[in-house]
Amino acid sequence: MEVLKNKFSGFMIPLVSVILGLLAGAIIMLFSGYDPILAYTALFNGIFSNTYVMGETIRQFTPLILSGLAVAFAFRTGLFNIGVEGQLLVGWLASVYVGLQFDGLTPFLHIPLAILAAAAAGALWGVVPGFLKAKYHVHEVITTIMMNYIALHVVNAIIRSYLLAPGERTETIHQSASLASAYLQSITDFSRLHYGFLVAIIGAIIMWFLLWKTTLGYELRAVGFNTNASQYAGINVSRNIVLSMVISGAFAGVAGSMEGLGTYGYMSILSAFTGIGFDGIAVSLLGANSAIGVVLAAALFGGLKIGALNMQSVAQVPTQLIEIVIALIIFFVASSYLIRWFSNRLNKRGKI
Amino acid sequence: MEYVIEMRNIRKEFPGIVANDNVTLQVQQGEIHALLGENGAGKSTLMNVLFGLYQPEQGEIYVKGKKVNITDPNVANDLGIGMVHQHFMLVEKFTVTENIILGNEPRDKGRVNLKKAAKEVEAISKQYGLKVDPYAKIEDISVGMQQRVEILKTLYRGAEILIFDEPTAVLTPQEIHELIQIMKRLIEEGKSIILITHKLKEIMEVCDRCTVIRRGKGIGTVDISETNPDELASMMVGREVNFSVEKGPAHPKEEVLQIENLVVEDARGVPQVNDLSLSLKGGEIVGIAGVDGNGQTELIEAITGLRKAKSGMIKLSGKDITNHKPRKITESGLGHIPQDRHKHGLVLDFSVGENMVLQTYYQKPYSNKGVLKLPKIMEKAKSLIKEYDVRTPSEMTPARALSGGNQQKAIIAREVDRSPNLLIAAQPTRGLDVGAIEFIHSKLVEERDKGKAVLMISFELDEILNVSDRIAVIYEGKIVDIVKPEETNEQELGLLMAGGKREKVGDQ
Ligand SMILES: Nc1ncnc2c1ncn2[C@@H]1O[C@H](COP(=O)(O)OP(=O)(O)OP(=O)(O)O)[C@@H](O)[C@H]1O
Ligand SMILES: [Mg+2]
Repeated sequence: MEVLKNKFSGFMIPLVSVILGLLAGAIIMLFSGYDPILAYTALFNGIFSNTYVMGETIRQFTPLILSGLAVAFAFRTGLFNIGVEGQLLVGWLASVYVGLQFDGLTPFLHIPLAILAAAAAGALWGVVPGFLKAKYHVHEVITTIMMNYIALHVVNAIIRSYLLAPGERTETIHQSASLASAYLQSITDFSRLHYGFLVAIIGAIIMWFLLWKTTLGYELRAVGFNTNASQYAGINVSRNIVLSMVISGAFAGVAGSMEGLGTYGYMSILSAFTGIGFDGIAVSLLGANSAIGVVLAAALFGGLKIGALNMQSVAQVPTQLIEIVIALIIFFVASSYLIRWFSNRLNKRGKI
Repeated sequence: MEYVIEMRNIRKEFPGIVANDNVTLQVQQGEIHALLGENGAGKSTLMNVLFGLYQPEQGEIYVKGKKVNITDPNVANDLGIGMVHQHFMLVEKFTVTENIILGNEPRDKGRVNLKKAAKEVEAISKQYGLKVDPYAKIEDISVGMQQRVEILKTLYRGAEILIFDEPTAVLTPQEIHELIQIMKRLIEEGKSIILITHKLKEIMEVCDRCTVIRRGKGIGTVDISETNPDELASMMVGREVNFSVEKGPAHPKEEVLQIENLVVEDARGVPQVNDLSLSLKGGEIVGIAGVDGNGQTELIEAITGLRKAKSGMIKLSGKDITNHKPRKITESGLGHIPQDRHKHGLVLDFSVGENMVLQTYYQKPYSNKGVLKLPKIMEKAKSLIKEYDVRTPSEMTPARALSGGNQQKAIIAREVDRSPNLLIAAQPTRGLDVGAIEFIHSKLVEERDKGKAVLMISFELDEILNVSDRIAVIYEGKIVDIVKPEETNEQELGLLMAGGKREKVGDQ
């Protein structure tokens, strides 16, 4: 019963936040002269009405799951990884680089190799802040943010100097490294759905297993909660801080490979961040830093973003409104104190 | 008769447990009212209800005869109820004055007037004899002074009724004596006090009446003048309690711990352990007696590997372990009940079960090739919970939700169960009820009789005298004397601890 209650309240806050966020969105629409019922119907249809939009939704949230996992993993071990965006970019580039090599390799080797390269690149980008934190107590928020900018410019410079193809981008990767699938495209009315979602689900399972079922996860969590007690227990605190950033960075790198090997098959010179890494923070927050929660939250965000397109064309509501709704949901989750208060009130009245 | 505080038929539930079940507490104006009960009986919970931190499921609260609804601590403040929590709630980087006025700042044209505040703080501290330095930072002052700051905080907010939750558990005997004087002074000034403590001596000394709760249920209220410690103890535990430790003579064997010329510095580079030598044999309990701050903490941390020794040598079972990593030392046969259970002893957000394997999670049978064997861990936890009577709804409950005393019992269970060659027990019974203390002491003796060495550090001279086979007195980072408990007494120990000498100095 106790477990049930905990689980319930664990789900309660995100759920209430989503409802409140949508309600607030409706109110904003009313005030701006739109029809919220029409808009939300369009939104819903925009996610579920046909296989094409469903395919696009899944494609949209695949990298979000992984970037959410990256943030959640670090958070579980007491670190704020704001550098997912940068780790994702280097991962993207690494996957594309490997995808451009090894012509003729079987996909069964080429794809894992490219994904591993992405993970390694992201991990490498995580080592730096992890090391600085463990060794010199430099706060990881500052270093990871700086690493984001370094990633953006380094990646652009590498593409420009070594991999440039017409159109400010790299060449397209070999077919053998591509996650794209004619079969998936055909069953979803030619959406860009690719096999990456399987990778993301596997990622979620790995994170759950690693954190809760292994001695490594035990150590990482212990360090996250209480470094003094960890030291007392003989756990190497510095090593675990670095390791945590490495694993988190690896998840982020793999998120990048979803774009590199799946959606695009190449990498463009970027004028700005993709935002996927930053959205990962929101996804992780809404998903209460749990693997299953991150998957659900990413699905919700991906759905809202794809559905917003239909909302715009049917109800003329600008897609920015969904950005506002997402921001509000995050706001409500973050101020969960408010919601707890709210639900306490309700409980009391219900109980008399 | 009108009571300043009357809590009637309070019921408070937590997931899986009823912490307060129909408890009634009546406090008279101007009395010190003791609240007594075993670990986990529900004392802190009841006081948190009174202070507005928890909402009861049932029951009524009356303050000076008026029914009140205490929805949060601000309401409690307005009603004149103040609480000194066991774990202080102070801002380390703030000064004493800033901490006291926090949330109630005196304003001058919108700006906080710190000078005026400091004056006010000084005035109150004079009035009640609570010596503090208004300008000192919290992180720089002693635990005893921090507690006085907590008391001043409640007085500054105009508290008439003060709740003290185990205030003496963290204090040294001297500080306890001062606190008792302060409480008497508060009563003279017309306040009323509710005091939670496990020390029956203190109850007998300062309290007027005592309410006993057992497993969440109110057992009754007695006049202190008409009772005695034995009766109180059996009221709370439900059986007779044996205060003296039953143990036969020690049979010391080969040396287990050898410390030679150890020097350990604190964070500022000041040597706290200064050329200390000590040796410990298997089959004996050595108690370290000393005033707080004479190097005890640094000594333990150096032995356990949590702090580097500057020079000297530490040998465990003949093996040099000086400045080895904590894990290596643990594996060489060390168990450690740490002084600060929240800082070192537990990961509060881990379940009780996970905490039970904090030192062994990476070994068989609790894991295999890096994969945790949760069923095995939980099985072990269950048996430890049972053997050591850790009161918890289940082994899955987060350690944070346990009462202070039960957290302590969980740590002791974990460390003693491994039956290490050397067991370091720092304040092992801090915050435990008399029944639990009896049990833990017998466990320490049991380890001794198995041939293990036990090094116990305690501020309780009773405990030192009762449990130890030899007493090593520490003063300014040195062992200044070693005495046999049957050949000394509290007075002599007190003298030695203050740097005095015995007539005939014993050999080391
Ligand atoms: N926040 C909480 N959540 C769940 N259970 C709790 C919580 N606080 C207390 N409990 C449970 O309620 C019971 C009573 O706890 P309480 O802290 O009141 O005991 P106590 O009498 O103060 O004991 P001690 O002398 O050890 O401090 C315990 O079984 C404890 O596990
Ligand atoms: Mg308590």
